Parts: sequence; C-alpha cells; structure tokens
Amino acid sequence: MNTTIETQRQSANQNQARETRAGTGDGRSRGFVTPPANISATDNEYVVEVDMPGVDKEGLEITVEGNELTIIGRRKSELPEGEACYCESPQADYRRVFELGPDVDTAGINAEMKQGVLRLRLPKSEKAKPKRIEVKTT
Amino acid sequence: MKLLRRERQDRGALTPSQSGAASGTELNRLRQEIDRLFEDPFSLLSPNASFFQDWSPSVDIYEDKDKYVVKAELPGMKREEIEVSMDGNTLTVSGERKQEEEKKERENYRSERYFGRFQRSITLPAEVQANKIEASYKDGILTITLPKSEAAKPKQIPVKTQ
Repeated sequence: MNTTIETQRQSANQNQARETRAGTGDGRSRGFVTPPANISATDNEYVVEVDMPGVDKEGLEITVEGNELTIIGRRKSELPEGEACYCESPQADYRRVFELGPDVDTAGINAEMKQGVLRLRLPKSEKAKPKRIEVKTT
Repeated sequence: MKLLRRERQDRGALTPSQSGAASGTELNRLRQEIDRLFEDPFSLLSPNASFFQDWSPSVDIYEDKDKYVVKAELPGMKREEIEVSMDGNTLTVSGERKQEEEKKERENYRSERYFGRFQRSITLPAEVQANKIEASYKDGILTITLPKSEAAKPKQIPVKTQ
C-alpha cells in the first residue's frame, strides 16, 4: 500500500538509543510506550489521532525534523496518595515517530489535545491536492 | 480488442490500489492483533488483548488507610458516556467509546485505536461508603475515589498496662 505517512520502523537498537537520549534530556529516565494511532486522509489533509491518556497540553512535545514527525507525550506525574496495589497502565511516557510524505505542508500542522487524545491535522500542500484539468476545445 | 485491454492496464497503474486502504477496520484489527502476537506472544494474556471483543481499558488501583482510588484510562470520551456504579463491594465502570468524527469520504491508512462498548468490574477487598464515592474525568483518565467505611478502616488499639 502506497501510503504517504508511514510509521517509521526503526531497528530496536536505534530506537533504544533515541529513547535514552530523549530520556536523559530532562533528567527523567522513564521509558516510552508506543500509543495507538489512527491515520486517515481526505483530499485536503491527513488526520493523525493518538491516544495518550494522562497527558495534557503542557506534556506534549511535537517536533518536525526534516520529514520526521515526533510526538512525545509526558504523563503528569501526579500519583494519588496511597500505595498502588494493582497497576495495568504503562508507567511510562508516550512516544511515536511518523515519516511524512513530501505532500505534507509542515508549516500548517495543527494540533489539538482533548481528553487524552491528540488530533493532528496535516494539510496537504497545494501541489499535492487533486486538480481538475479543464479540457479545452480548439 | 487489444487496444481496450491496454487501456484498462493503464488505468490500473494510474489509480492507486484501494484494496488495502479501504479494507475494513475489523480486518485491520485482526492483522494488528496477529502482528502483535508475533512481537509479544504473551500479550494475548493481557487485559488489552481482544480478538474482536469489546475493548477493555487499563485500570490502576491505589489504596491508603481511608480510601481506594481507581484510575481508568479512557481517552477521548465524553463525561456522559461513562457510567460508574457500585453494587456491594463491586465497582463497575462501563460505557461506549465512539468515533469522534464521521469517517465519510476518508481514506483510512491505519486504525489501531479501539472503539465500542467496554465494561470493567472491580471487587474491592473492603467495604466502602457508597454515598461518598466521587468520580472525575480529566485528560482521558477517570479517577474514582472510594472512601472506606468506618468498619474497614484500620484502628489503633491502645495497649493497657495493668
């Protein structure tokens, strides 16, 4: 399938190296988990939705470097008083990297965070939009 | 005849294959589930494994001397869509997670997020005060605070000397 945005499949080593780097950046050594994402597209834009419960606007870090879109979501570390007696949630931050196709207008990327779901709108550049070509009769 | 066939071949090359992109969510889900099994064979045992089942949110439980705190990860829901009920010592969280937007005229490339009904029941080890349970929903996390009943709270027993 020739999708324009594809999850980058990095080798485990590479991934780990990056994570360590990202983790030591602010002195925190929490690991990362990969949050589930949906990607869809219309003629005008791509929409990327990522589930990151526990992350608010301030905990988000979205960067575009070259054709790489990196999303990092840091959970707010507010633990309720008391001891954890049963835990299923990943006690880690979220991180996901997508490779952008050349048709994404990176300057126009728009992000919205609502109840732990990040919605990114990535407009397609004018060049990439489908155009109707008028046929002239002579 | 020959011309016609050639024309059709050209068309095929120009329009990208839709079969993959347009395949149903269920099929995608199955594929992901199979991928996941190869990557992590034990994931089938985790509460998030779901072969066409309803999804099941992750739950954390905390306890201190006078209350329990239950946290459930329910990203992207509306407050009204979450139901919390208490029956004896059993707390039940249920609801339905709906797709936020109409997916009309959209081509789906990837769908990993779960939608649909869910229900989780948790039996707490001690009695709680059902009328004092509080629930709040923020950043996609439902937090339920359940104060323990007086009888369940630990008590200090003074030791008398004679």
